[in-house]
Amino acid sequence: MIKLINTLEDALRAPTKKVVAGIWSTEKEWLAAAKKAKQAGFDKIEGISPYPTHEIDEALQIPRSPIPFVTFVAGLAGCAFGTWFTWWTSAVDWPINIGGKPMWSLPAFIPVIFECTILFAALASVGAMLFLGGLPKVDPPVIHPDLTSHKFALFVPEDDKKYDVAKIEALFKELGAEEVKQAEF
Amino acid sequence: MIKRQQLVLGNKSLKDVTDDICSLIERMPGQKFLAVFSAALVLFGFYLFVQGSIVAKGMGLMGINNPVGWGTDIVTFVFWVGIGHAGTLISAVLFLFRQKWRTSIARTAEAMTVFAVMTAGLFPLLHTGRPWLAYWLLPYPNQRGPLWVNFRSPLLWDVFAVSTYATVSIVFWYIGMVPDLASVRDRAKNKIRKLAYGALSLGWRGTAKQWNHFEMTYMLLAGLATPLVLSVHSIVSFDFAVANLPGWHTTIFPPYFVAGAIFSGFGMVVTLMVIFREVVPVFKDYITMDHMENMNKVIMTTGLLVGYAYGAEFFIAWYSGSPYEQFAFINRAFGPYWWSYWTMIICNVFIPQIFWFKSMRRNIKVMFVVSIFVNIGMWFERFVITVTSLHRDFIPSSWGMFEFTFYDYGAIFGSFGMFFTLFLLYTRVLPAISICEVKPVLNVGREESHDKAH
Repeated sequence: MIKLINTLEDALRAPTKKVVAGIWSTEKEWLAAAKKAKQAGFDKIEGISPYPTHEIDEALQIPRSPIPFVTFVAGLAGCAFGTWFTWWTSAVDWPINIGGKPMWSLPAFIPVIFECTILFAALASVGAMLFLGGLPKVDPPVIHPDLTSHKFALFVPEDDKKYDVAKIEALFKELGAEEVKQAEF
Repeated sequence: MIKRQQLVLGNKSLKDVTDDICSLIERMPGQKFLAVFSAALVLFGFYLFVQGSIVAKGMGLMGINNPVGWGTDIVTFVFWVGIGHAGTLISAVLFLFRQKWRTSIARTAEAMTVFAVMTAGLFPLLHTGRPWLAYWLLPYPNQRGPLWVNFRSPLLWDVFAVSTYATVSIVFWYIGMVPDLASVRDRAKNKIRKLAYGALSLGWRGTAKQWNHFEMTYMLLAGLATPLVLSVHSIVSFDFAVANLPGWHTTIFPPYFVAGAIFSGFGMVVTLMVIFREVVPVFKDYITMDHMENMNKVIMTTGLLVGYAYGAEFFIAWYSGSPYEQFAFINRAFGPYWWSYWTMIICNVFIPQIFWFKSMRRNIKVMFVVSIFVNIGMWFERFVITVTSLHRDFIPSSWGMFEFTFYDYGAIFGSFGMFFTLFLLYTRVLPAISICEVKPVLNVGREESHDKAH
């Protein structure tokens, strides 16, 4: 049992990389810096912010999330499952005459089919969000505790094609970072 | 041009927002809180005793009889499910309509939904009289055939609707909270707190990519929750409308129930928010008088909608030419249960009209009293629908009256103990205002941000 927990924990522990991070204290400066840094050609540069901003997606050229496709497919699957299940249980596996209604009484099954559609779509969307966002993670390293409160960061991981500690540090300082540090992430 | 109202008062910085909202979790509760919480806990204990007795001895303890086979349990179930609807309306529907003012009340409204649905969910199970067989409601492969559930029954639709609603509401509420839990984790100085919120926050880091997926999911969940919430109370109304009983068998029921649900839910949100603002003064900067006024406007509008439904029901009863339908409605208003009908009309239709006056919409004492009346009125609405339709049906020889017993009162009042115990615990354990949603709207209506916005 303990072994199992340990294996699970290892699987959920974030593989860390060395990163160079810059920290800004206003959204405006951070966004301007992100735009310039991206233009400098870093392909794996990422931002961290305490709240969502749409401008950062543009600045870092983050593509639109593919989750709606998951939702759509899961919704269709839920709808198909609900339809099949009400049909199979009511008209095939053990048909019972209730009030002289047809065995396959679709209008009466619509509420259940509808609820299955919503349930599948909602749970699959959340599952996709967790998967794509790399969650859940055990003890992910934190670059700066204020990044979930009132500070903003940009960081370049070591596998970036233009990774060069000295150059990145200089760039972030030039772009007005109040703090530049090397960290694990 | 109308000036935009500030959504957050007091010129807060980003750090102030985090500090203010987390402060409630990070300090020991004061005497005021402990007093209220112990009262709720005592009431909850009383509720457990009442429901425990009913489970142990049987449904005979309650007032249901022949002809009134649906009593307190069903009435109170519909009441609590309805309460939940305002939470989803605020968190999902207003989100889709880009109503920025919703941000500071959405979390608590959604929490109210979750706890109201939990409170509600117990009632139909206990109403069955043998709640230990509740799993029979689910279509699982069994050794009796397998004998499947009857998918043609509105009562089974209810099982699916309410359980899906509960699941999706909890998921929506929790996923929206993950970034805030990470904020609490990163501030935590205490080891246990760090561990607990670390686990709850799922290791959230707030990278741009994560936010991108998060926002998309949040919007999708809002989009899914919106038709869901409308379906839930429609299906609850089918419990009645699909039956062939005069007073129940009407096509107006689904929209009428949904309007009533939003009405009662907003009543409860206002009740809770007034108390919340009093107990935690710093939240007055986030839940401002404008928020309260907006909610009062919704109460007044939906109050008019239910008033219209009451009128339409009477009109259709007359217009149908069916003597049974006509009798059911005349009996409601002028029969032995006239007092419940007129309580409903006064509380739901007349009292909220006071909100036509701006000074009343912005008066905390007035809105608190009105919201309580709305809650009372909406409980009576369900009582009127359920009991007065049942107690006198087609054959006068089978007419009867519903007799409240001690256990009926115990179940009604005790359920508030359960709701408030859960709700009060929530305010102390989880961030009660959405930190990451309030921050982006900090600048709305602020003077200095006016030129920056362009």
